[in-house]
This record gives sequence, structure tokens and C-alpha cells, in this order.
Amino acid sequence: MTSPVLILGGRSDIGLATAHAFAAAGHDVMLAARGAKSLEPDAQDIAIRHRVTATCHDFDAVDLSAHKRFVDSLPALPGTVVCAVGSMGDQFENEKDMQKSAAVMRANFEGPATLLGHFANLFEARGSGTIVGISSVAGDRGRATNYVYGSAKAGFTAFLSGLRNRLAGRGVHVVTVKPGFVNTAMTEGMDLPPALTAEPEQVGAAIVKACAKRRNVVYTLPVWRLVMMIIRAIPEPIFKKLSL
Amino acid sequence: MLSGWGRYPKVEGRATAPRNAEALRDALQDGPVIARGNGRAYGDAAIGRGQTLSTRRMNRMIAFDDATGVLVAEAGVLLGDVINAFLPRGWFPYVTPGTKFVTLGGAIAADVHGKNHHKEGGFGTFVDWIEVMGADGKVTRCSPRRHKALFEYTLGGMGLTGIILRAAIRLRRVESAWIRQTQTAAHNLSDVMEQFEANAGSTYSVAWIDCLTAGDRLGRSLLMLGEHAREDELDLSRRRRPLDSPAKGKKSVPFNAPGFLLNGMTVAAFNAAYYHMGARKAGTSLVDWDSYFYPLDAILGWNRIYGRRGFMQFQCVLPLSAAKAGLTALLRAISVTGQGSFLAVLKRMGPEERRFSFPMEGYTLALDFPVNKTSLALMPRLDAITLDHGGRFYLAKDARMSADTLRAADDRVTDFEQMRAKAARARTFQSVQSERLKL
Repeated sequence: MTSPVLILGGRSDIGLATAHAFAAAGHDVMLAARGAKSLEPDAQDIAIRHRVTATCHDFDAVDLSAHKRFVDSLPALPGTVVCAVGSMGDQFENEKDMQKSAAVMRANFEGPATLLGHFANLFEARGSGTIVGISSVAGDRGRATNYVYGSAKAGFTAFLSGLRNRLAGRGVHVVTVKPGFVNTAMTEGMDLPPALTAEPEQVGAAIVKACAKRRNVVYTLPVWRLVMMIIRAIPEPIFKKLSL
Repeated sequence: MLSGWGRYPKVEGRATAPRNAEALRDALQDGPVIARGNGRAYGDAAIGRGQTLSTRRMNRMIAFDDATGVLVAEAGVLLGDVINAFLPRGWFPYVTPGTKFVTLGGAIAADVHGKNHHKEGGFGTFVDWIEVMGADGKVTRCSPRRHKALFEYTLGGMGLTGIILRAAIRLRRVESAWIRQTQTAAHNLSDVMEQFEANAGSTYSVAWIDCLTAGDRLGRSLLMLGEHAREDELDLSRRRRPLDSPAKGKKSVPFNAPGFLLNGMTVAAFNAAYYHMGARKAGTSLVDWDSYFYPLDAILGWNRIYGRRGFMQFQCVLPLSAAKAGLTALLRAISVTGQGSFLAVLKRMGPEERRFSFPMEGYTLALDFPVNKTSLALMPRLDAITLDHGGRFYLAKDARMSADTLRAADDRVTDFEQMRAKAARARTFQSVQSERLKL
């Protein structure tokens, strides 16, 4: 099980950490990101540390019309594809500016989902492959503080769940990852509770493990499963008055 | 709150983890700054009242030459990462301190030494070049040939010459992941010093020393010698994969131990048991690299056993001629207080190699003490004994020495200050330690 792994959103901290984790297990990795050229030092780092081949591939997750061309341009169809694309935006701006709101929805749902749709079809035709979508606990229930981002992630979570259902029994496995809080560039400057916050390396390791064990839905830190169970269980009449 | 590995002192300050040179340049506009690696300096060397710049996000390996063993890497790469990547290929760092959780930048800034200092020199001896960002944001590559002064002051300069960005370090060829260790017991200080001198040819040597004994047992020790094991010295089952490391569990200290747990009595009991067990186990054995070099790394967060108030390290080096008298006086002063230390380490050092690094030919003694009144009163006495015997202090361990003590110990400080006065270094690069020591 050392087929090449494609990381969509290879510039992100989680994407890079996941690439390292797969490379450490002996997989070649392809890092795909906008302006991939500047990722060469990271690819080099992965190649030196883990003695695998690491390459960079240019793509734009929100340029939907270019997805097909990107997929066809890859030197080989990967065994595993990990989608670490996403962008939180600023909730306040998202409320005021519908253009920005739409961009967040595209970056977290439309782009990732349609892109994975291409790989789903190719993997299905091949009869093998693993698709990993990094969604978010924010998609488990909409909250005032981040519902634009959360709603897009909810869509992505549902998409992954449906895809898993469709491809079960066709040799293709789909993993949904909900990392919870992670110490990344996206959350820099936020005051995150340490007990609920993972490092990108933990997310990477959890993803490799989830693929090996063919898990369906994983939270990086197990405590999040409980936290979200409680949050989902709060009745709406009460929930709407809470500030979470 | 920021602190070093000893969790003392703690200061308020801003800490950021820049991702690239541009972000570092921005930070310099908003100085003073001090770079921080993985926070393993014990005291206040890598914390600043201005901005503390962690290099942990700048940790890529850039190139490795399989023929020469030269690794080029960013400053935030951990020594442990280097071992993980290259030991399976038959390479090991030439010099390693007692923890693998240090960054290359930190190892350079403190010019750390290891158990082979007497024979092979310090970390800097195996650094080919360093790239340093100055106060103006410009990056200079310095080496023993180009910008020599910057090179020699950056090694051991505690981050006060600029921000270390990248370096080229040389690794050594090894045949296995194992160390052939020879352990002997020494009844007292004279005995262990004689054994150090008799084993000058051993690649690695270090002694654990019991600092709570007195009289003719003062300074009883366990001397540990080591050599990288050759492939043909391994037993057959390991010879097939000589560079593999045994899998090991990690333990961690999950909370701060209550302060009373470590006192003179518990430490004395531990020391006695450790000495006698060690003496009984004397002989030669094969030990894996991790257990040999980094016994404490197996207990993540071991710094918490000293409780919330933290602990202090004391490490000095005494010149060869005064070493015995000085060590005797130091050990007497310590055993009188009953303020023992688990981690008392004695080591023979080789000659001084650079302009501001800690080592000099002689003996170095390293101890740790919980932060309390007794220790705080003891430390200045240890300082005075060290000064009386012509010794000096290790800045990577220091958290409390006075600026006067530093100057009395080391006449190289004046030149270092002159170096700092140039190119806005003193104004731009400041740690809590550099303020305290008026560097």
C-alpha cells in the first residue's frame, strides 16, 4: 500500500503535515496548490526526509472549469487523494458582503466537492482508491459565529457521506475528517483551548491511520466527537439563544 | 507567559512563529527580538521582553549530500528529525547535547557540546556555514573563511548576533544504531578524574556524580564510556538491520509534581540506589542510541517533576589545573546544604575553540536544583567558587547569574560587546538574559 498520494491544498499546514505523514509511510506525494512553484522547498524537504518522490502541481480549487484539465494533467492517477482545501474568511465580512460569502462557499464546498467528483469517477472506473475530505466540526451545526463557513462544510460533509455510500462495494473508500481546532495559519492569533486543539502533525497521522483502517468519519481529538454530540443534541429553542 | 525549559523565570512577552524571511523582516521593524528554537535552553536565553520569534515553522531540510554527509537545513529542524531521517542511511550528528529536542539554530546559538567534546570538539566544529539575518533584514552567509567573526560569534552567541536562518552541518558515518557502552564505578572525585584521563581516547565519556556524599566518598560517580558499535559487534538478529532503532513507548509527566516530592532525603535515597545499581551493572553492553544519548527524552515533560516553581541549572567549567580543587569545593558546598540534584553530570572538556562559546579545557559540572530559597542562596556561592578557580558559566543553562559575575568569569565579554555594538545588533537582538547580563 505505497501508491502515490495527491494532496489538494498542499500549501496548508494540515495538507503539508498529511503529506509528511504519508511520505513517512513510504508513499510518493504530489502537492497541488495555487502557485505550486513556491512549494518546491517543501517538496524537497519531504523528499530528503523520507526518501520518496515529491512533486508540485499547479491548480486552483475555485476555478471549477479548469478541474478536469488539472486532473488529466497529473502524471499518474494517485491511489489516495486528500482534499485539504478550505478558507474560513471572516464571518462579519461574510455577513455584509455576499460576494465574499459566495467565495467562502465555493472554496469550502463547491470547489472541493466537484474536484473530488472527478476523482470519484476515475477511482470507481479503476475499482480502487481512497478519497479523504477534510471537513469541519463547524459543519455539524450552524452557529452565529461562523455559519457561512460552517454551512459550506456541512454541504461538504454531506457530499462525502453520499459519495461513501455510492462507492461502498466498488473498491473505493471515502474518509471524512473533522479536525476540530488545529494550530495552523488559519487559526493564528485565535485564543484556542489547548485541550481541544490539535497540531497539524496529529491530523496528518490520524488521516494516515484512518486510511489504513478504512475508517469513515474521524475526529482528530476524540473529545470532539463528544463535544459535537452535545452541541447537536441541544434543542433549537435553546440553541438559538446561546452564544457559542 | 514565556519561559525556558526550567520554567523559571517567567516573563510576559509576545511570541510569534514566522513562516519566512519576509515575516522575520516585518518583526525586526517592531524590535527588539530574540529567536527561539524548541525552548530547551533552561533559563531566559530564548525569551524576550520584546518579540520572541520561534523558528519552529521554518524547519525544512534543503539538501543532503550522500557522499560527504553534509546536510543543509533551516534553523527550526530538530536534531531528532535529523536522526530520524539519516540514521537509517548510516549517518548520525557529530555532536549532540543531552536532548534530541533542540533545533539546529539553538544548537548553533549555544554551540552545544556532547559527550565527545574532549576528543572531537563542540557542535560548531561540524558546522560548515551559517546564514544569519542582521538587524537590517539582510542575510549573510558566514563560515570559517567568509565573515569569520560573525561565524565565530554566532556559534555560542546565544542568538545575539542575529537570527540564524539556515546552516550546513556535517554528519558522521555510523555502522549501527547502537552504542557499545562501558560503565564503571568511581569511589570518589579523584577516582573518576583519573578514569576520565585514562580514557581520553574514548569517543564518548560522561559521569553521573552523586553530589550528596561527603568525606572520602565525595564525588562518587558512575563513568559511562561509549563508542558507536560496528556492525560486527551486534548479535546476529540485529546484524541483519543494524541501523534500525528499537520501538519504544514514551512516558510523560502529565502534571506538575508537588514541590515537596523532591527533597534532600528522596534525592539522597535515589542517588544511593542509582550508584549501587550502576556499580553492580558495571561492564560493557550494547545500548540503543536513544537510551544512550537521551535517557530523559523518554519522559516527555520531565521538567514538570520540579513542580510549578520550576528549576534552575548550574553548569560551570573549570580549567584543568584548578579542576580538582574547584570541584571539591563545589561538591562540599552542595552536600552541606543537602540540596541534591538528580542530574549531576561531570564531563571532561577539550580545548576552547571559538570566541564566545562555553567550553574550555578542563572539567564541567552540571547540576539542577528546584527553585527555592536554599537553592537561590547556594547558587551565588557556587558562582564564587567557580570564579576563585578560574572557571566560567554556560549561558544555555543560566537563569540568574549577575552581569558582574559574567564579566569576572570571562574576559572575552568586552570583545563580544564590541561585536554587539556594530550593525545595531545590541539594539535589535535582546533576550531577558542579555538584558540581565548587560550584553
